[in-house]
Amino acid sequence: MATITQDRAETAHTPAAAAMRPPQRITQHILEVVSDSGEGAQKCGQIFGSVSAKMGNGVWTVEIIPAEIQPPPRSAPGASGNRIRIGSAPVTNWGDETNLVVAFNEQALLGRHRLGALADNAIILIDDQWKSHDNERIRAEWEAAMLEMSSRRYRIIGVPMEAQCLTLVDDARKGKNMFALGLLAWIYGRDLDRIREEIAFAFRKKSEEVYEKNVALLELGVQWAEQNLDFRFEVPPIGTPEPRVVMNGNQALALGAIASGMELIGMYPITPATSASHSLAEIFQQYGGILHQAEDEIAAVGFSIGASWSGKTAFTITSGPGLALKTEFLGLAVMTETPLVVVDVQRGGPSTGLPTKVEQSDLLASLFGQPGDAPHVVLAPATIEECFHAMITARRIAETFRMLVIVLTDANLATGVQPFRRPEPVADWFAPPPDLSPVPDGMKPFQWDPKTGLSRRFIPGMPGGMHTTTGLAHDESSRVAYDTANNQKGCAMRSRKLAVLHSTLTPPTVFGPDSGDLLVVGWGSTKGAIEEAVERAREEGLSISSVHLRFLAPMEPGLKEIFQRFRKVMTVEINYSDDMGDPYITDENRRRGQLAWLLRAQTLVDIDCWTRVLGEPMRPGAILRAMKSHMPEGGAA
Amino acid sequence: MSCSLLHTQVADEQEYALADYEAGLPRWCPGCGDHGVLSSMQRLLVAEQLQPENTVFVSGIGCSSRFPHYVKTYGFHGLHGRALPVACGIKMNRPDLTVFVVMGDGDCTSIGAAHWLHATRYNMNLTALLLDNNIYGLTKNQTSPTTPLAHASNTHPYGSSLPPLNPLQVTLGLTNASFVAQTAEWVPAHMYATLRAAYRHRGFSFVRILQRCPVFTPGLYSAAVKKPDTVELLVHDDGVVVPELDGLYTRQQRHDPRDIDAARRLADAPDQIRLGVFYRNETNPVYEDLLQVRRRSTDEKIKLLNEELDRYAV
Repeated sequence: MATITQDRAETAHTPAAAAMRPPQRITQHILEVVSDSGEGAQKCGQIFGSVSAKMGNGVWTVEIIPAEIQPPPRSAPGASGNRIRIGSAPVTNWGDETNLVVAFNEQALLGRHRLGALADNAIILIDDQWKSHDNERIRAEWEAAMLEMSSRRYRIIGVPMEAQCLTLVDDARKGKNMFALGLLAWIYGRDLDRIREEIAFAFRKKSEEVYEKNVALLELGVQWAEQNLDFRFEVPPIGTPEPRVVMNGNQALALGAIASGMELIGMYPITPATSASHSLAEIFQQYGGILHQAEDEIAAVGFSIGASWSGKTAFTITSGPGLALKTEFLGLAVMTETPLVVVDVQRGGPSTGLPTKVEQSDLLASLFGQPGDAPHVVLAPATIEECFHAMITARRIAETFRMLVIVLTDANLATGVQPFRRPEPVADWFAPPPDLSPVPDGMKPFQWDPKTGLSRRFIPGMPGGMHTTTGLAHDESSRVAYDTANNQKGCAMRSRKLAVLHSTLTPPTVFGPDSGDLLVVGWGSTKGAIEEAVERAREEGLSISSVHLRFLAPMEPGLKEIFQRFRKVMTVEINYSDDMGDPYITDENRRRGQLAWLLRAQTLVDIDCWTRVLGEPMRPGAILRAMKSHMPEGGAA
Repeated sequence: MSCSLLHTQVADEQEYALADYEAGLPRWCPGCGDHGVLSSMQRLLVAEQLQPENTVFVSGIGCSSRFPHYVKTYGFHGLHGRALPVACGIKMNRPDLTVFVVMGDGDCTSIGAAHWLHATRYNMNLTALLLDNNIYGLTKNQTSPTTPLAHASNTHPYGSSLPPLNPLQVTLGLTNASFVAQTAEWVPAHMYATLRAAYRHRGFSFVRILQRCPVFTPGLYSAAVKKPDTVELLVHDDGVVVPELDGLYTRQQRHDPRDIDAARRLADAPDQIRLGVFYRNETNPVYEDLLQVRRRSTDEKIKLLNEELDRYAV
């Protein structure tokens, strides 16, 4: 058994020492598996998360991804893997610091240490081949890493992962992930039959031999852990009778799109949106769906608009840079009142920014990015479950209101995996085939109801409906009309539709008491972390509540009334804002969080904000600290 | 051998007359080549008796892109350079519709060039017309990619500095190109025959129409207009044959449109105007055929979706 340097060292324990000790019962734990890119830590984590969900735990997983496919091996920024939070209650966010790590090398571990991702008392299982490696430089790197981490009280346990795997396979790089899965399976008492099922599914396109080798590695990991480790954890399952499914947000978007009855997507590859298209590409054609990978982002949305205009609402999926390229077409969709659903899976920006990491920086761009007045709907699902249902809502609004609907998700939702209540599809969700019956005599293609702005859409194939749809200003007959009265009317009619939609919305529900000292307002994927922070704050006796918005345009009703019941209101967002106290920053020039900006304009309430752009989801502990430092002055009310 | 050009169908009774395809009075300048293209197109619509409600004209932005407004079918007048993606989306969703695409030279060969390349490769069953007057007209006299060398415009008052782009060469160089032709607005009989051949070709038919802009490029092609014998017609039974032009257009070359090498050689002639079908190949794969799927009923979809959700079940 290998030992580890100096006093950081710890040898694994004597065989069967642990087996006699009962597992420690806990209500939640955060673990992660990190490796070089391409060593399969992600697959290991995904299977662990999936099996945990199937065993009835609350689960939230987050991918740890470098931007490159194969960054240099053994480099701290190249750490790749998966972070899983499991609990005995539903888990709504990725939590705070990590409690247990399986690391394939000390550099990947160091990357996580430097990000402050690990709890001070984290348990670390690490492949210790590097400590005694033939290469002197590698041995020195190991020593240096251990020294750097010695400021923390990690419990570091050396595991001969490489040596163990080599007893079964020639290339340990292709097997360590299953060995690591075996370690975790034993530590957390996971059901091995379910794991074998997951392995069979993951390698369904490979030979039987590949499956058997992976299972053998898994079992080797279990066996090693059983003989050498002196601790186990038990995270009891939630007793939930209702059927659940487990998937990530992009899979939920893909299935939601199918459930909405949409049948055509034009797309162009962009991280982190593309995996939604991968999911669709596998199955869409079974549903009569067509996926077109266009030559660019512009063509992708143009193709979808052409399809929508000629029948059922179509959609496109992109991320920030792609949304920017689509801008002109979005204005055209608004002007021609062509229904369209656009999903923006937000990542860090501006420009190429942080392609694989989460941010909520596209809110204002999606609301106001189109030159000219271009009223449209912006929706933001807050959970993975809502990613599924948002597509159905978006399609229905797009069609009913002849409107562009932008759905904002983010990298956290896209790659996070969470169990949720199984959707039960009903016929009402699915768009019916377009009705091509003749246009009634005298009806015009933009015959706006002056009260609502709504009009019946003419679709090619409808006899008597011939007209040319144009992006130029037009009258009710779709004739080019540059005159003042027609332009004013067209703008008013397109805007009116948003007000009509607004009139159908209900005010949001406040999480916690509906009055108090501080109200935190959030949108999108931060909901779970904000609500967990609010719960902890209330346990500490603070008068804090939160409210989470799904409709950003039109804005949900009743906000001003809710805000007035709190002494102070602030937003928490994953986008950039100046902090008060920063050089030159005054109340006058301060650039605020994007939702804060919007809410201030909309409600005339002096709304504060706390935002960060760390390239990672919000941690509830960090939100709690921010809330405490933003409490209104003058003590409790 | 299958050749769609031979399948001419003559309607017993004509349901639609010219007036059924006319919508409004065109607002192009007097003498603009666009008028002639519109007339030939309306003549084609009558000849082919295309149902107005099942016919779509898609255009971009520019003088010629007003085209759909003057035809009484469905039309989509969208963005500068982006007619092709919209047209492709329509055709993919609704292969039952007949779709024409009308673009100018700035539209197709400049701002929308990427779409032109890829639409050629997709080879969807569309008829795409490039109304090429070698200038930006609507924005008032700027150099376009096809503007002749040294031609003065508002953006190049001392004459354009780059040799013009040759749209035929580009299209003939693209993978999966299936129909490439050139015609001229001052030879209406040839233009009509070419549009008809393009319409009847199954695949992406690309027709470059040589045009003059009476305001900004009035002198363009004046030699060719005055002296028809400086123009060479490419003739073939599988391409375009217009016997009524034999008297005037004496320079004729027999060119088999299946011969891609000859087509490329004939297109690579900056000083020689050639009209006719350069290339035609109906065996190339057509994108909407490759992607077509069986549409499912809602009940079928619910059943499939339930099975899919079961795969994610906990």
